[in-house]
Amino acid sequence: MSLLWLRFALGCYLIGLVYAFVALSRTSDMFSRIALHAASLGMVFHFVSLAELFLSGQVVWASVHNGESLLAFFSMTFFMIIYAIYQTTSPGVVVFPVVFFLTFVAALDQQPVLLTQFVSHQGWLIAHIVLIFTGYAALLVSFGASLLYLLQERRLKAKRPTSLISFLPALEVIDQIGYRSLLLGFPFMTLGLITGSVVAITAPTIGRVDFLDPKILLSLLMWAVYMIMVFTRWNSGWRGRRAAFLATFAFVAALAAWAANYFSTIHRFAS
Amino acid sequence: MRFQLIGVNHKSAPLEVREKLAIPESRLPDTCRDLTAYPGIEEGMVISTCNRVEVVAHTTNGSADLRGFLHEHFHLKPEELDPHLYEFREKDAVRHIFRVASSLDSMVVGEAQILGQVKEAYATARAVGAVRGQLDQLFSRAFAVAKRVRTETAVGSSSVSIASVAVELAKKIFGTLQGKNVFIVGAGKMSELAARHLMAHGCASIFVANRTYDRAIGLAQKFNGQAIKFEDLYNSCDKADIVITSTGAPHAIFRREHGEQFLARRKNRPMFFIDIAVPRDVSPDMAKLDGIFAYDIDDLQQAVSSHVADRRKEAELAEAIITSEVERFEARLSTLDVVPTIVSLQDHLETIRQAEIDRVRGRLGQMTPEQEIAVEALTRGIINKVMHTPITTLKTAAKESEATTVVDVVRRLFNLRDKDAAAPSKKDEVGTRH
Repeated sequence: MSLLWLRFALGCYLIGLVYAFVALSRTSDMFSRIALHAASLGMVFHFVSLAELFLSGQVVWASVHNGESLLAFFSMTFFMIIYAIYQTTSPGVVVFPVVFFLTFVAALDQQPVLLTQFVSHQGWLIAHIVLIFTGYAALLVSFGASLLYLLQERRLKAKRPTSLISFLPALEVIDQIGYRSLLLGFPFMTLGLITGSVVAITAPTIGRVDFLDPKILLSLLMWAVYMIMVFTRWNSGWRGRRAAFLATFAFVAALAAWAANYFSTIHRFAS
Repeated sequence: MRFQLIGVNHKSAPLEVREKLAIPESRLPDTCRDLTAYPGIEEGMVISTCNRVEVVAHTTNGSADLRGFLHEHFHLKPEELDPHLYEFREKDAVRHIFRVASSLDSMVVGEAQILGQVKEAYATARAVGAVRGQLDQLFSRAFAVAKRVRTETAVGSSSVSIASVAVELAKKIFGTLQGKNVFIVGAGKMSELAARHLMAHGCASIFVANRTYDRAIGLAQKFNGQAIKFEDLYNSCDKADIVITSTGAPHAIFRREHGEQFLARRKNRPMFFIDIAVPRDVSPDMAKLDGIFAYDIDDLQQAVSSHVADRRKEAELAEAIITSEVERFEARLSTLDVVPTIVSLQDHLETIRQAEIDRVRGRLGQMTPEQEIAVEALTRGIINKVMHTPITTLKTAAKESEATTVVDVVRRLFNLRDKDAAAPSKKDEVGTRH
């Protein structure tokens, strides 16, 4: 049943995806409103799907696909919060495609739950998942904002009259969205990694943690880049091109760390 | 109607070319003098604004080498300049002047500033005697037409101007202008206007730097701002988020190294430069820096062009006014051409009449007042009757192309001396020095 709701949500997000592509070439107030409503409706289905999973009694989020679904939901929540504050749907240009992709993968099939029986501290696990996903969502939005910043900067520099009527919010607003997400995401990410370590160390079946495991290395790399981003921004106000490079790098590292779920031995916790 | 006009404007020539042609205010009188001394030119005037440089002349024989004048005066090679030049003669020149004065040829159609600039150019040329009868008439009419366009159409009414476009752009960069600082470099009317717009949208404080410190103080007081000594410009400029610069400096005053300095001190927070100076104050390589957004006068033009569409309808109405005014002016000018002939014809006949009466008086002896009146009435009556047809013919002919022929014939028939004609021939002697 949960999968069905998720597929409804996917249908709604598809509209958002189309919007993301259209918004780059033209500005349409009506379409952005349609996309917004579709996204909200999608979130309702999505929430129902997640709630059903939760009510099934186990912390079944710990399967990779359910994790993807949850991450997509967090990202959408983030997007909605930004919309509530800044009245702009423009981060959707980056967020919608990613959310659609995540939901699409998650809606393919239901994976067997592999994790929970090995974990002794369920509370830590939930904390780990929630924290790290919030960090990921913030990073995604920050990455999106830095791309939009770049785009808006190019438009303003190109000095075409259309730069006045573009769908993008003001440069400083984009900058603020990106910076605030970054600042918000960093502690979540840090705590998420710490709780993750706790879960791993205390997992009874593993006992010994291999620090050369790709999942751990990539996570540390992502965290390091994240820290560099926060630092350069705070210290010398890096933005624009340089910030976008860093954000892209952090995002790729995050993707790699995520993808490591598929080949890491420790995160999969499967024999 | 031997008007001739040559020039460049924001549409025909890029800023790089206009920069080379720009004439500082102080050099304008000399340029006008040089122009009138050029062969074949009777009267001349130069309009030099940041968007256009135009030379208007009334020529002796309908064709003067204005291109040659520009090459000579600005020491430019023909291939450098000629592709950007436009040239109008007679009716087309009149139309162009009317359009310029009415702000239909402006970067921002309908902006009011151009009329003042043309008036200033006119006053300058007049002061040095470069504008007399013909150009005087042309420009007086142009000013009247501009007024008519302004009152009868809505071309000038919309708030779109460089200033409001600057505000719009600033909002695209900063979102809200609340709490942003503005720096005016080079106190001028246009920068003052832009500053006023920015302040009206919430900008917090204003700094003014000017070569003449007193002017900086004067302008700063108007906005409750702070005057900055020009030497301190680079040290304090980073305080500003928006810089409006319009100095008359011959070279860029903001160069790449300055931009890097500002950004370092501002922790890379963006800066918006509104560069309305020609030549530009912000060097192009500084404008390339990340975080520096510099819009020169041409870029602002592009930004406003999207608004221009809204005004197209009003502009069409204005163009119709211009067309009818050009016709009227042409008609009036040629009518005026026959007026001196009519006057001298009347003078001529009056002299004859007086002479004849004097002669008759000698023979008849003293006349009674009644007789005096009768003779007076008789002679006048004859002259008026005889003259009626020739004068009507002259006036009718004036509106057609044969005017000059008819005028010539009448002058030759009555052996009329042309007082006005003497002036240009003298001018020719002055003009033809090689």
